[in-house]
Amino acid sequence: MTTFVNRAPQDTRGSWKTYLGLVLILLFSAFPVYWMLVIATSTDAAVTQIPPSVIPGGELMNNLREVFTMNEVYFTASLINSFIVSSVITASTLFFCSLAGFAFAKLRFPARNALMFVVILTLTVPNQLGVVALYILMGKLGWNGTLLAVIAPGLVSAFGVFYMRQFIAHAVPDELVESARIDGAMTMRVYWSIVLPAIRPALAVLGLLTFVMAWNDFQWPLITLNGTEFPTSMVALSDLASGNYVIYRRVLAGAFVATVPLIVLLLVGGRQIVRGIMEGAVKS
Amino acid sequence: MSLTQLRPSPQHAAPPPKPNRAKLWLYRFDTKATPYIFIAPFFIIFTIFGLFPIIFNAIVSLRTWRLDDPDKDGWAGFDNFSKLLSDSDFWNALYNTIGIFILSTVPQLLLALILANLLNRKLSGQTFWRIGILLPYLTPVVASTLVFAVFFARDSGMANWFLSLVGYGQEQPLDWRADKWSSWIAIATMVNWKWIGYNALLYLSAMQAIPKDVYEAAAVDGAGPWRQLWRITVPMIQPVVVFTVILSTIGGLQLFNEPMMFDENPQSASGGSAHQFQTIAVMIYKVGWKDLNLGYAAAISWALFLLILIVAAINATLTKRIGGDR
Repeated sequence: MTTFVNRAPQDTRGSWKTYLGLVLILLFSAFPVYWMLVIATSTDAAVTQIPPSVIPGGELMNNLREVFTMNEVYFTASLINSFIVSSVITASTLFFCSLAGFAFAKLRFPARNALMFVVILTLTVPNQLGVVALYILMGKLGWNGTLLAVIAPGLVSAFGVFYMRQFIAHAVPDELVESARIDGAMTMRVYWSIVLPAIRPALAVLGLLTFVMAWNDFQWPLITLNGTEFPTSMVALSDLASGNYVIYRRVLAGAFVATVPLIVLLLVGGRQIVRGIMEGAVKS
Repeated sequence: MSLTQLRPSPQHAAPPPKPNRAKLWLYRFDTKATPYIFIAPFFIIFTIFGLFPIIFNAIVSLRTWRLDDPDKDGWAGFDNFSKLLSDSDFWNALYNTIGIFILSTVPQLLLALILANLLNRKLSGQTFWRIGILLPYLTPVVASTLVFAVFFARDSGMANWFLSLVGYGQEQPLDWRADKWSSWIAIATMVNWKWIGYNALLYLSAMQAIPKDVYEAAAVDGAGPWRQLWRITVPMIQPVVVFTVILSTIGGLQLFNEPMMFDENPQSASGGSAHQFQTIAVMIYKVGWKDLNLGYAAAISWALFLLILIVAAINATLTKRIGGDR
């Protein structure tokens, strides 16, 4: 018996119990998303039947047509808006955070460590606490009800700067930066031709995580965009689900459409997302 | 060759041969100013849209700021805060927030620990499992909460169907939204569902960094897998456990999406017919944008901030102590 235990867990082969546990957890994780699809493809009768149906029906197109043509929900526009918001936020986060991360990792300047400490402090600030004042600020700027109000606060992230700094510190050799500078390259040039190519994997990870967060954001977009003709898809979903009589096959058809882009991201970039989360844990 | 030779400071970097004055000046400017130019966008944007609102919030909370009646804007002193103390809705929301927080955090982190322990084996399809458990993390909460709303429906919901299989609720199906305890369980289920996989990956990452000889040394005492987890693994990954406890404290006490969307009419932001699952974050939204009283909403934000600080401090101390005892 001891021959099994004196091995570290990561060297122990998973038993059938391990796999059974993993299968159960995977079913638990995937079932709500699968059931979303089931209801999105069903008729009203199938949604309320007992025992519940667990096989997709053939009504998806029908339900989708209702979602996209519903008055005052602006579902089509909301999907476009979500794509705009998430893409702009992702591009901007990648650019500004890698710039700052490079400066903190490889350049020497007074107050560098103090400023990095400020970045780390801001990681812990619960940003929801400022929503009231943020709304007033956006009102003064005249941005409430526009996509600008949603995009502006997301343009940079403290986590992004932190993550980029850690990655660049390891991935870009000091000698490479120094020799480029000796050859007369300006700092911007070093960033562009040496740092950027070396940190592509980190850009992929941060980009995926940022896009997901921006896409799923709900509270602030709801506050600033609610009741306008420019909702994001999450705000449009909450409209779809409100009212006195909620038709769930329709609501969940909308929810499914808003989830599909993220499922695609998980299929395409799942490996990177897993890596990003696990690396973030070790370093923090 | 020593390391110091490889890292001359930029100020002493050899200039290119025969530089002219303008070029020299440009290089000096580049080494001195560019670092600040590179970090400036982050600090400027964060100060305007992140830091300033939180500070400005303090001023708003001392004013009678109403969205429907901007002329009534004036100093309120501490009126908003004294109103808060006697507002039964606030105490109810506080109670709900803490209740749902406990129901969602404790099972979430325990199950994540067990899942991480399952993943911390030699497995076939390693990447597949890791990606699979992240599906809830990526799924928009707004979307998944709507599925759970159907799952926990009173009539013909799947949860009640399961209960009926074990003989519960035959005469009267359970109305999950109606009571505190049942609505809290429903909401906590959604939170647990979303975050178990994510936290498991954080734990897994720390577990794989534990040196293997730690386990080999402990095997002399004949520690079985279960004891191995609690006696060796958990104390070794204690910093990450503290980290996840603080993360889920900050996130859990600000819970908004689930209680908001679980409502029969989400746009009402009432958190159930009698506020039975209205959290503080939902109440802030209702007070600010349904009752149009921004000053009061700002005061509640401060109360929430205080709550997060207190609970995070308590939890961090507790978690540290648990790890230290073993």
